[in-house]
Amino acid sequence: MRIVVPIKAVPDLVEEIELTGDGAAIDREYLTFVLNEWDGQALEEALLLKDADGAKVVAVGLADDPDIDQFLYTALAKGADEAVKLVAATALGPPGPGGASGADRAALLAAYLTAHPADLVITGVQAADDLDGQLPSRLAALLDLPHVSVVIGVEPAQVEPAQVEPAQVEPAQKEGGRDEDGGASVTVRQEFAGGRCHELEVQLPAVIGVQSARQAPRYAPITRIRQAMNAGGLSELVVPARAAGNALVVRRLHRPGTTGGAEMMTGSAREVAGQIVGLLRARGLVKGSVP
Amino acid sequence: MSTNVMVLAEHTDGKISDGTYELIGQARELAGALGGATEVALLGPADLAGQLGSADIVVCVEHPALEQYVPEAYERALLEVLAQRSPRLLLLSNATVGLDLGAALSVHWDAPLVAYVSALEVDGGVVVATAQILGGKVLAEVELPGERAIVTLLGGAFSSAPGAATGPGAAAPEVVHVGPPASLATLRTSLRRVVPAAGGDVDISAADVLVSVGRGIESQENLETVLELAEALGVPLSASRPVVDAGWLAKSRQVGQSGLKVKPRAYLAFGISGAPEHLEGMRRSELIIACNTDPGAPIFAVAHYGTTLDLFDLVPELVDMVRD
Repeated sequence: MRIVVPIKAVPDLVEEIELTGDGAAIDREYLTFVLNEWDGQALEEALLLKDADGAKVVAVGLADDPDIDQFLYTALAKGADEAVKLVAATALGPPGPGGASGADRAALLAAYLTAHPADLVITGVQAADDLDGQLPSRLAALLDLPHVSVVIGVEPAQVEPAQVEPAQVEPAQKEGGRDEDGGASVTVRQEFAGGRCHELEVQLPAVIGVQSARQAPRYAPITRIRQAMNAGGLSELVVPARAAGNALVVRRLHRPGTTGGAEMMTGSAREVAGQIVGLLRARGLVKGSVP
Repeated sequence: MSTNVMVLAEHTDGKISDGTYELIGQARELAGALGGATEVALLGPADLAGQLGSADIVVCVEHPALEQYVPEAYERALLEVLAQRSPRLLLLSNATVGLDLGAALSVHWDAPLVAYVSALEVDGGVVVATAQILGGKVLAEVELPGERAIVTLLGGAFSSAPGAATGPGAAAPEVVHVGPPASLATLRTSLRRVVPAAGGDVDISAADVLVSVGRGIESQENLETVLELAEALGVPLSASRPVVDAGWLAKSRQVGQSGLKVKPRAYLAFGISGAPEHLEGMRRSELIIACNTDPGAPIFAVAHYGTTLDLFDLVPELVDMVRD
């Protein structure tokens, strides 16, 4: 089974996000980028499938994403078999408003996946800058594949041979999917508000949007990331971009009022703690409190 | 060109979801401004149309594959509805169903999509959507000038009351039936079973006070700090999604869109930045006190009191005082 995991760099939200003077884009000059956390979960889920069934895991990033090499090498260090960096024949720009749209990115990944089909595409359910919607179902629509998002577990389905439709799996197997012991479908858990789940069986090939992996993402020690860098297992591929269509007309970006309704408490930790306990006591919410 | 605004109804166990009513309330407002009608696409059990009294038109598609939500089945049926009804706007929840279907419908129905929308208005005939991106740190105003568009709306940003209410003497909605598309017979996705939410050791939605913790806690070991405060107050510890996804706390402790919605008398948020999905689950708390070192954290927009002190300095002091 060949699993492709598209990954994306997003601004580190721990930091202040500045906008350009004209309010048309995010000012990326001093921003730190991190791996989209849901893509980290998706990679973990793919690696769990590899651990169980020997699937081949390919991490795919876009060359225009800041620091993407580092995230791809980290994927290799964690156990991905291959890392591919897609170079758009016409540069897309960095992700997010004022740069590459989700539709642009999906079109590029669809072009790659058409030329190099996967049995499973597993990616993050969303990214913090998905203004025009999420990658998994857009990618599935472009490739005409079934898709499920907000998934919290992917496992090979135990399928009766009669239920397998060879036509559905043939293209991926031709491309090199080693599917000797896996099924032609997977069982996924799709999560709804409050933790209710639907267990769905999806025929392969398919696109899955992962909310969280069955276990917390594994850690790659820096030494192993360095080894991966030195081994140079990252390949580059120029991909012709497809027309994305339905581009959004962004009137402006702005930042919300920073402290909206909150009354900010100042002073030492002891003083602020005193104010908070006072607020709780006044409402009778601290045991042994005076009314 | 239609000026109608359509909502996709979500239902579980024969009951229309609260989120659907939020969408209908918003659809009514927009349809009014556009001079169109409010339509609700009801896939599966048509008898639920009786719960959709605030819509002008309910469009039903009945088929066994639509009894429960299955993405591929819903997508195919909804595309059939969209082809026949051609609404000006389609509103979806920015939760599981909207995250699942939105972008695929954008491709197949050939319509632009805006996600994470917290406000919608008609400005000089143009629909303008305001989206909260980058964890709520940036607002994007997007114009939707064309003939059709899809918007996924954040839960909790709109009231469900107008969508749920039916005025006295209001006419029952017109019910239109759309035949199921033949493609529902060749689905590649099937529902095996519904797994109810696992009950946790504690029901955080029943607590008077919650001590809630987010990414700022940094590690599982550090949870001990806030756990001490929760114990001193005799209240449960809850968390935002990253803490649960990291496996540090059980799913039953999660507050937010994919967790539980809570409304305690006091919600103490430590190291929670306040992504829209989290705010959806706690913004109706009576008293919200937030501690985050980032003064720009969106949590301060909904909190009543805030502090930018380091939680590792503040919490031990709180523990001392509560124990006194």
